[in-house]
Amino acid sequence: MKPLLSLQCKECDHEYPIEPRTVCDECFGPVEVIYDYGQLQDRFTRQLIESRPRNLWRYRELLPVDGEPRSGLQSGWTPLIPARRLAAELGVRELYLKDDSANYPTFSYKDRVVAVAVTKAIEFGFETVGCASTGNLAHSVAAHAAAAGLEAFVMVPHDLEEGKIVGTRVFGPRLVKIRGNYDDVNRLCAQIADKYPWALVNVNLRPFYTEGAKTHGFEIAEQLGWRLPRHTVVPVAGGTILPKIAKSYQELIRLGLVEDNKPVMHAAQAAGCNPIVKALEDEEDLFHPQKPKTVARSIAIGNPADGYYVMKAVRESGGWGASAEDAEILDAVGLLARTEGIFTEPAGGTTLAAAIKLIQSGRIPRDEPICVCITGNGLKTIEVMQETFTQAPVIEARIEAFTDLVESAREAQPARQPVTH
Amino acid sequence: MSITIQIPAALRPQADGQASLQLEGGTVREALGELKSRYPELGGRLFKSDNEVNRFINFYLNDEDIRFLDSLETKLKSGDELAIVPAIAGG
Ligand SMILES: Cc1ncc(COP(=O)(O)O)c(C=O)c1O
Ligand SMILES: [Zn+2]
Repeated sequence: MKPLLSLQCKECDHEYPIEPRTVCDECFGPVEVIYDYGQLQDRFTRQLIESRPRNLWRYRELLPVDGEPRSGLQSGWTPLIPARRLAAELGVRELYLKDDSANYPTFSYKDRVVAVAVTKAIEFGFETVGCASTGNLAHSVAAHAAAAGLEAFVMVPHDLEEGKIVGTRVFGPRLVKIRGNYDDVNRLCAQIADKYPWALVNVNLRPFYTEGAKTHGFEIAEQLGWRLPRHTVVPVAGGTILPKIAKSYQELIRLGLVEDNKPVMHAAQAAGCNPIVKALEDEEDLFHPQKPKTVARSIAIGNPADGYYVMKAVRESGGWGASAEDAEILDAVGLLARTEGIFTEPAGGTTLAAAIKLIQSGRIPRDEPICVCITGNGLKTIEVMQETFTQAPVIEARIEAFTDLVESAREAQPARQPVTH
Repeated sequence: MSITIQIPAALRPQADGQASLQLEGGTVREALGELKSRYPELGGRLFKSDNEVNRFINFYLNDEDIRFLDSLETKLKSGDELAIVPAIAGG
């Protein structure tokens, strides 16, 4: 028995059956899946979850599917890293990294939402899936569609990073580059959804797609030993993942799976695209859309549809926001790589850079447990890091040449310190 | 000024099923006011109050979000296209 009841508008409470649906017809607010938590109370236990395979479907009772999972059977269950070297560098006591740069199959948090959306597309009987994307979603939709034998139509801004384009095209979708920024792509997709009978995962499958993001939070809690971090720092683009991590924590609390430690949510954006952080800082009710200009292309959404829910989740939890300049973003990418051996894309650099600012400003106390959400992989955007290095040395294949190089380098740069535990 | 308004699928039942229609107005506010007087039920969904549009709906004048122009006071010229588009999730 599935405790999946219906869809309900988050703004006006109007109810709809479980069906493909972009927004509420009454008020245009987003609709959300309603679960029967009462029925799950004693059934959805730690033991049951722990007995299941290590992928995001171990939380299936809290995902909006009726039958068996049909996509992403290996997605999720990414590493939660106790980041000791980075913690020492930042002067904080307990720091974790939830590392979706290692997500399967396309190395970003989007494999979570797409696993659910593609399963749902198959349940609804669609033969074509698609999306509007800043890159990672297109990559993920194309891969999941290929594996499920569905047609894919993905729409991206015309000037996206090459790694994301090639990484997506290899799966054989129809990829269309749209002149303009992501917000232009998004507007077009809303109109495409009105015209073609396709499952556009972030449009008419949005109520289902967004729920997949909760699994990032479920995993953090389970991997911490059924405990919540006190502070979670999350990147914000369209505004899906931050409120959904907050929701995942509240669901676990409600079902008695973790203790309520009053988890605090913090928003991270690039300074060149920070409508939500700006509204938080200015304590405004409405955010103002922006024209993005940032190296963090995957989170360059100037008019975030779920922005109000990000503001609500941050405010209700007592959190805050911070934004990072391009140079700070790339520095943070380098810092994460050098301290923890993780190569993230600029979205991850943004999140770490914002976390550092929140720690420095005292918004995040140094002695409280912190989780930084790393949502994407740096190998997709190598061009942005290229200019941060000097040229690598080239030498002849002779030991003398090598010795000369090592000796002169040793004088210039002291050896790296290992962490002591 | 005669302009074209594009209606999203979710609002077409309240506009006799039309995907687009022509109407008159000197500003976006006037055009939407005219739309509201023709189709009161549809109009009711576009506005939160007289001065505030529904924050889950975006209005694009010739492909530009009106919040980058003069919002509701943006001036219209003949042949302009005003699209009503629901805000959708991103990625
Ligand atoms: C790497 C990465 N991180 C974070 C996000 C944030 O997404 P949202 O706020 O739309 O959930 C995205 C969205 O495209 C992304 O690609
Ligand atoms: Zn509603």
